[in-house]
Amino acid sequence: MAIIRHFLNTSKLVNISLNITLLLLAVGAALVVGSVMIMLMDADPIKAYQALYEGAFGTTNSRAETLVKATPLLFVGIGICVAFRGGVINVGGEGQMIIGALAGVWIALSLDTVPRFIENVPINDFPQITVVTLSLLAGFVAGALWGGIAGVLKAYFGVNEILSTIMLNQIALQLMNYLLNGVLLDPEQKDRVNRIPKTARIEEHAKLPRIDWFSDTPTRLHAGLIVGLVLAVVVYILLWRTTLGYRIRAVGQSDRASRYAGINVKRQVLYSILISGGCAGLAGAVQVIGLQYRLQTDGSAAGFTGNAGFNGIVAALFGGLHPVGTIPASVFFGALLIGAQSIQREVQVPASLITTLNGLVVIFVVSSQIFIKRLTKRRASVPPQPTPAAPKSLSALQEEVAK
Amino acid sequence: MPENLLPTGHRRIEQMRMQGIVKKFPGVLAVDHVDFDVKAGEIHALLGENGAGKSTLMKILYGLYHQEEGHIYLNDQSVVIRSPNHAIQHGIGMIHQHFMLVPSLTVAENVALGMKSSRGLILDLEVVSRRIRELSEIYGLQVNPNSPIWQLAVGEQQRVEILRALYRGAALLILDEPTAVLTPQEVDELFRILNQMTADGHALIFISHKLHEVLAISHRITVLRDGKRVYSIPAESATKEMLAQMMVGRPVVLRYDLPPIEPGPALLRLERVSATSDRGDEGLKNISLNVHAGEIVGVAGVSGNGQRELAQVIAGMRSITAGRIWLNNDDVTNHSPAAMNQHGLSHIPEARMTDGVIKNFTVAENFVLQNHGRKPYAWGGLFMNFRSITRQCKTAIKDYEIKTPSHETPIKSLSGGNIQKLVLARELSRQPRVLIAAQPTRGVDIGASEYIHHRLLEERTKGTAILLISEDLDEILALSDRIAVMYEGAIVGEVKRDAADVRTLGLMMAGSKVTV
Repeated sequence: MAIIRHFLNTSKLVNISLNITLLLLAVGAALVVGSVMIMLMDADPIKAYQALYEGAFGTTNSRAETLVKATPLLFVGIGICVAFRGGVINVGGEGQMIIGALAGVWIALSLDTVPRFIENVPINDFPQITVVTLSLLAGFVAGALWGGIAGVLKAYFGVNEILSTIMLNQIALQLMNYLLNGVLLDPEQKDRVNRIPKTARIEEHAKLPRIDWFSDTPTRLHAGLIVGLVLAVVVYILLWRTTLGYRIRAVGQSDRASRYAGINVKRQVLYSILISGGCAGLAGAVQVIGLQYRLQTDGSAAGFTGNAGFNGIVAALFGGLHPVGTIPASVFFGALLIGAQSIQREVQVPASLITTLNGLVVIFVVSSQIFIKRLTKRRASVPPQPTPAAPKSLSALQEEVAK
Repeated sequence: MPENLLPTGHRRIEQMRMQGIVKKFPGVLAVDHVDFDVKAGEIHALLGENGAGKSTLMKILYGLYHQEEGHIYLNDQSVVIRSPNHAIQHGIGMIHQHFMLVPSLTVAENVALGMKSSRGLILDLEVVSRRIRELSEIYGLQVNPNSPIWQLAVGEQQRVEILRALYRGAALLILDEPTAVLTPQEVDELFRILNQMTADGHALIFISHKLHEVLAISHRITVLRDGKRVYSIPAESATKEMLAQMMVGRPVVLRYDLPPIEPGPALLRLERVSATSDRGDEGLKNISLNVHAGEIVGVAGVSGNGQRELAQVIAGMRSITAGRIWLNNDDVTNHSPAAMNQHGLSHIPEARMTDGVIKNFTVAENFVLQNHGRKPYAWGGLFMNFRSITRQCKTAIKDYEIKTPSHETPIKSLSGGNIQKLVLARELSRQPRVLIAAQPTRGVDIGASEYIHHRLLEERTKGTAILLISEDLDEILALSDRIAVMYEGAIVGEVKRDAADVRTLGLMMAGSKVTV
């Protein structure tokens, strides 16, 4: 322990690597507890974890699928970093993703199936880069505005953002159901008796390209991942290199001290949830134009988002609320989710076990954070003191006073 | 009454002796082979700066910490004190600086709290009340057992704490900074009670850093510095200067000569300002106050009489319900904190850890809390210029003698005095026209206090208008050109430096209108 504390005192780099070690230990502990549960189901945990690993990383395709799963987690997670750093608990990722997807797909489709984006200018005339950029932008702005509703409510009317974002998730879902059965409905479905609520397929021009230069066999990996990596770096710079990021972090740490310093606290709260919602909106748009090529619903939010709006929060926490840290964290959770399917196949345990395993990882990671905090706190509670001076004799002191 | 019993019927502690006590915290020797003792019928004062080890030593005696080396003897028998409960069983009680009372319960209920009832599960408050009256009688502690705590004044609440300790049979009582929250008159009353207790055979340990009080009440004085016992001395042969020097380890100035300055124009003006407090009542009543350039105006008062609200109102943190405020001849009534900053206001807030700094931010980040978006700390108001921030912050660390491992250390791991120096450095670097210093040296050791005082005097010479709000009368008297006294949200009087003395101020702090 003394050694650990010594390291905590010394360098930032050691601090980070200690953090990572503790994270890995926490994951290991979660896997150990998970293996007990697998054994209770009469299955072999070694085999199960092997299946998990093979399923997530075994083949080119499985590696690609892991990254595909990780992409929306990354976008949402980056947004969560901003919100949580700003002291805003944004649990509206699901709704913001949906709204972002609706806006993104609307732009992508504005060719012919929905009211024209610009009258008489068919989208085919725009180069791909323009269309893609426009629909990503639309996704960001729409997600930001959707989050912004909760932001205005919190900043100016004191409404708890956890409640409002959860409620806005429901509203977004029903809005999607309504639009997918109405104006956004695929024209081919219009005349059918049993309509499937989905949009038409977007044109090639509107698609994010697939990434295929690393393998011969085609995979579903798409350029959304690269957008996400760039976004992580941009948000890192935003949080730690700009005055806006400084203010957001200041408000998140202490709104009182920020107010005393003359920072407009309400405005920073709004900004942080706008950015956060924008990132989640991007996640939605990317899912549509990069992966699914249409927006389709089974009537539930998870049917489209795959719960990424919530899992992204976990990824962000796992990544230490740091946008760059969120990258490996998203890949990790992506791997767990993909590997879950093969566990189910190979060793006949329910895939919901992985949900449990996810939960275990979260619990262990959170407790490891408490552990770190306690170590640092103990150090902080004892202020550094100068080396004690030798006590002077009274007569010496009296002499000095006399002088 | 047998010789070895106290009037409360409990056994006396003839002598308590701590011998060779050592307590280590990671990286620090908090208590280093300290001997300490107290006898029945005596007040032994424990004196030292923050972090000198005096509260650590007392927490060991009260069972909150455990020593690594050394022994505790009660009446020459070695004892191990495992917990505060165990300490109480041994007859050792402690009055904490912050009272541990439940405001909504009555005196009797508070005294009975956590005690075994004489009738099993049924709480017999009648018995408790009777016993409280007996004890009050013996020690002259006037308290009504049936009043709820929230109705009592601070001095009365302290008496309840003492009563509770006596009720539980404390023969030895540790008083941790008991005078910090009292008016001078309440201090006199407390001292009368303490003298009565020693006369009855109690042993008292009095922790303080107020030298005149220590000299007034105690029989013996022990000074701790950096975890070591520097000296023990009978009170009658000690002087203030000597004690201060022993605490700090070098000569200390206790009085400042204010060079006469012709006060300039009034830079801060308050006219009939009223405001609501957090409790919802009238926190400020009709306050009118001017502070001129080159002048320090002290605001004295017992804690909670509107000083906090006054500072907040000027800082733009609390809106006012009536009146006007001018900074630099501009009407800034109910302007935002940012606007106040722009009108040349600097503010050292009373709660420095929550209002003055952001705990988890580094020293450098905290240094630019207000000006992070301006030149030279930012490019175009958008990007932080860390090179410039680092350079300016390093200069400040050097100029203000801030002890910190680096400018990138989280500020929360600095000591109170060093955090306050950083706040001071930040506020003065903004070259204020008006400075509000609220409790600038509370919880700050003598060395740093002296430094802060000198900086304030320098600002005065520069022509800054300074409003000094403090509960430390010595500080007010040492620094102020004029002194305003607050009582229940109003200014009850204003005194010139030459006409001020502790007695008059004390009376005014208790609410009497005194004409000087």
